[in-house]
Amino acid sequence: MGIDTMQRPGSATQKPPNKVRWGELEEDDGEDLDFLLPPPVVTGPDENGIKKITEYKFNDDGNKVKITTTIRIRKLAKARLTKAAIERRSWPKFGDAVHEDVGARLTMVSTEEILLERPRPPGSKEDTKPLGDISATPGAVLMVCRTCGKKGDHWTSKCPYKDLAAPPESFSDKPPTADTATSGTSKSGTYIHPGQRDGAKQLGSEMRPRRNEENSVRVTNLSEDTREPDLLELFRTFGAVSRVYVAVDQKTGMSRGFGFVNFVNKEDAERAINKLNGYGYDNLILRVEWATPRAN
Amino acid sequence: MRPYLMKGHERPLTFLKYNREGDLLFSCAKDHTPTVWFADNGERLGTYNGHKGAVWCCDVSRDSRRLITGSADRSAKLWDVKSGTPLFTFEFDSPARSVDFAVGDKLAVITTDPFMEQTSAIHVKTISNDPDEQTAESALIITGPPRVRINGAVWGPLNRTIISAGEDATIRIWDSETGKMLNESSKETGHSKTITSLSMSEDGSHFLTGSSDKSAKLWDSRTLTILKTYETISPVNAVAMSPILEHVVIGGGQAAIDVTTTHHRAGNFDAKFFHKVLQEEIGCVKGHFGPINALAINPDGRSFSSGGEDGYIRLHHFDRDYFNIKM
Repeated sequence: MGIDTMQRPGSATQKPPNKVRWGELEEDDGEDLDFLLPPPVVTGPDENGIKKITEYKFNDDGNKVKITTTIRIRKLAKARLTKAAIERRSWPKFGDAVHEDVGARLTMVSTEEILLERPRPPGSKEDTKPLGDISATPGAVLMVCRTCGKKGDHWTSKCPYKDLAAPPESFSDKPPTADTATSGTSKSGTYIHPGQRDGAKQLGSEMRPRRNEENSVRVTNLSEDTREPDLLELFRTFGAVSRVYVAVDQKTGMSRGFGFVNFVNKEDAERAINKLNGYGYDNLILRVEWATPRAN
Repeated sequence: MRPYLMKGHERPLTFLKYNREGDLLFSCAKDHTPTVWFADNGERLGTYNGHKGAVWCCDVSRDSRRLITGSADRSAKLWDVKSGTPLFTFEFDSPARSVDFAVGDKLAVITTDPFMEQTSAIHVKTISNDPDEQTAESALIITGPPRVRINGAVWGPLNRTIISAGEDATIRIWDSETGKMLNESSKETGHSKTITSLSMSEDGSHFLTGSSDKSAKLWDSRTLTILKTYETISPVNAVAMSPILEHVVIGGGQAAIDVTTTHHRAGNFDAKFFHKVLQEEIGCVKGHFGPINALAINPDGRSFSSGGEDGYIRLHHFDRDYFNIKM
């Protein structure tokens, strides 16, 4: 029988390894048989800073339990501190901090890795150039702004008139018949989100992140370590990429093993599918295909 | 980076300030207790209990012994940093909005809001070394334009001037001895909406302002010429400048009043890094659930913290590759 506990020290202060948690304390009602137990063994810390403590205890049922505690000791980068700062480090707590609950956990380390997100991936400067060229050529129908209807000048999300004008009727999301239907239902008492009510400010475009469905390529059988930058690295060679997305499980933070890549040009997407479908990536064979639009 | 999340305040954050060595971080919030944290691991050191209203601003002396806070309870307080005991209270007729120690810590500027019949005002107070000798007398009072709130006032180079900015989107430079207005930014080229924040550079030669007009501007602190403009897509509530790199950070987000009607991804509650000279966006740091109200970069330039409407302070230590970003 064994209980393995993994401790990750979150702060700079290292918890003393031999500190017994209350849950492990034995009640004093039974006879003390501790002398029967083997002595605790401490191994490490090794070169990775992993320290293992093996202890033996009797649990409530009188069974012998082996408790292995694994601790990683992490050395923080040495900071240069002034004398005054070192002295301040030992200042006693004051104010509300004096009676601070140990369990209050006012300071926590984020479970999420936060990155400085670059506005455009490094090195893709050249890739964005042809995009502008396309817009300059006459007859380029790629860029049509759904807000102001201008062709070839900007995308909907970049529309300078986004805040000023409500989208004209012809570009609204729903056909006029549907609009009358919703106003009809509003009279009958069905709940309509304030942002979608008649006369409400047109916030609809901000409510839903509009996804570019064009030239979308689905990539499946990705390894769990694959992140968006890796995918971008892989697909950038085929042409300008406008979006990379890797599905991540909300709860575990692990990759769900598939993602989407949007290309600016359809030909690039086609080439990518031809080349990368069946390509070995991270010990797995990728499956790359056209993304089918979601049915709704 | 894995930021530290500090949940010591129960209300939105209003201001953050590092001390000179960068080992302490002071935070002000709309709850009544300014708090001090260790800036390396985010551990709470103490709180300054005594204000009866939202605390808008604070400043710490160069030797990290005195703290001054300005609060909506119509007072500004001087504190002993180490023990958290209030040393002196400056009483006003209206809320104190912004405070700043002069170079040398012998003077402090405190601005007060327009309130009832009161106009906004800039008060210059003499700070004594010995708290027992401290008096409430103002060395100088400058009255601002009526009904216009001053959101920030800082000392100019060599304490000769006081630079103020506020709701009328105008920046004014005042003589710190006579109280005469020396310079005023023009309406045409300057900000078009409320200036929400004001941050002085290390050497005092230039300063950065953030405004609700969705931009931040870099100004020369003597001539009041606009050096750079950083455009973003949401109102700016907080600005900060890196002391070691040519970077500026601006934070903000959609006004809190609109948050419930928009998608959280459309809120832009991220801290945006811009190249100071090239005015190009370097990147953004996400994480807050509400607009960013306060930003501060550690004087060593290796970490920064942001305070949000969500009541959290997020303390980020930069990854190594942050220092190698090439533009």
